[in-house]
Amino acid sequence: MLEMVIITLLKIIAVLAVVLTGCAYSTYLERKVVAAMQHRIGPSYAGPYGLLQPLADAVKLMFKEDIIPDNVERWTYAMAPAISFIPALLTFAVVPFGMDMTIFGREIKMVLSDMNVGVLFVFAITSMGIYGIVLAGWSSGSKYSLLGSIRSSAQMISYEISYGLSIVGVLFIANTLSLSELIAQQETILDWFIFSQPVGFLLYVTCAVAETNRAPFDLPEAESELVAGYHTEYSSMRFSMFFIGEYANMLAVSAVGTVFFLGGWQGPFTEQVPILSFVWFFVKVFMFMFVYIWLRATFPRFRYDQLMNFGWKILLPLAVVNTVVTGFFVVL
Amino acid sequence: MTLDVAIFFISAIVAVFGATMMITVRNPVASVLYLLVSFAAQAVLFIQLGALFLGVVLIIVYVGAILVLFLFVVMLLNLRGGEDLGQPSRPMSRFSKYLIGALLLVELVFVIRGSAGGTDQTVTGMMGPVVETFGSVQDVGMLLFTTYLYPFELTGVLLLVAIVGAVVIAKRETEREAAQKKQLVEERGHSSEEKVS
Repeated sequence: MLEMVIITLLKIIAVLAVVLTGCAYSTYLERKVVAAMQHRIGPSYAGPYGLLQPLADAVKLMFKEDIIPDNVERWTYAMAPAISFIPALLTFAVVPFGMDMTIFGREIKMVLSDMNVGVLFVFAITSMGIYGIVLAGWSSGSKYSLLGSIRSSAQMISYEISYGLSIVGVLFIANTLSLSELIAQQETILDWFIFSQPVGFLLYVTCAVAETNRAPFDLPEAESELVAGYHTEYSSMRFSMFFIGEYANMLAVSAVGTVFFLGGWQGPFTEQVPILSFVWFFVKVFMFMFVYIWLRATFPRFRYDQLMNFGWKILLPLAVVNTVVTGFFVVL
Repeated sequence: MTLDVAIFFISAIVAVFGATMMITVRNPVASVLYLLVSFAAQAVLFIQLGALFLGVVLIIVYVGAILVLFLFVVMLLNLRGGEDLGQPSRPMSRFSKYLIGALLLVELVFVIRGSAGGTDQTVTGMMGPVVETFGSVQDVGMLLFTTYLYPFELTGVLLLVAIVGAVVIAKRETEREAAQKKQLVEERGHSSEEKVS
């Protein structure tokens, strides 16, 4: 019993450490990649190739003064960054990140909680992430924040439905709601659900970008019209929690997408060298993240009515048709 | 078993506390947040009964979608705390809340008496799965699409009617507004012509 508790605690610490470091270095990756795409150099002073930049940023943010404007609603204002930050991390509780291994003679599952409705858990948690944004905007007592968060909630309600429907096809085929079961079914590359559900994959990626408020769907923080959107009034560590939360969300969505469509940690030679499963998982998540950044460097921001039309009139019908057609074939 | 009882009482108390605060607190946003707390505690109760699926769906549907919509509306109307929304003027509408509350209470008592009619009437006896597969995805699906197919479909139609009704009401408003606008434009047109003349 005690042994189980210790192992679980160690796993939680390991996952948190990896995810938070991943968040920090995602900002570095984004700055470097976008810089390269725009013919700039990007961060290069702190450490070799600017590799210590995230560390410098963290230190700077921690020592900055935390300014709380007078007309905020204190409680919600203080809670909002945490509320947006925690759901992003919670998703990793059900994501299997490697093959089951035997370490020091103990069978260890490389997942924190292997629940049989893991898929639903992921969606329940993802849908809660919006509260941080909404409450931040509302409690800040600033019109830019309020507008940003109203936009954000409208956007997330609109894209949530297509987001949920985009993976229903996969669930029809796999006939399970457990993430490790999903991975087990995608053993060879031909079994990956991206090939049986190409439309579902495209829908998932599109909705995932919209759900995480990233370019070209970053209207909640459109700096040309709303200053910085919902976190305009935040500073110091509170601001950085929103920032980390956003990147943690991107990582979570990428990891979950990898499990749904790209076979999770499956890959060549994992039977012989189990440690390779981590590498495969990392590579796939990295690809997702790279596409995210690539999109940001490539596309201009949507106009608000375009965003709504796209969500309701194109993505949603497409998702419904995809679901119905898949269901039809599965029944046949 | 003691841990089960502790979890049950904690989440039950939190659920009731959240619900009470929700109707007594003046700030509308805080009210929505207390409702959220209450739902979360209810989800815990479902999961404790072995109905993992129902608990998670409660969170997805209510916490993830409906309450976000509530918050959205509260923010759009920009309601702040302490605003007096006034008492309903007609005595019937003032009285109806007590009537509905009393009815619900009577129903609740009957349901509890009915379900606890067996030999084991303690709280601990009512906890734990009723059937082995109680609340699993397959079970809920089977029930919805066989035994309760007609009520299920009827609920769907009811919701559709509600949506259509909402759209109709919204449309009528805009038409009235359009008429007002037209009138306004005409009046202004006259006045500007008068000025010109």
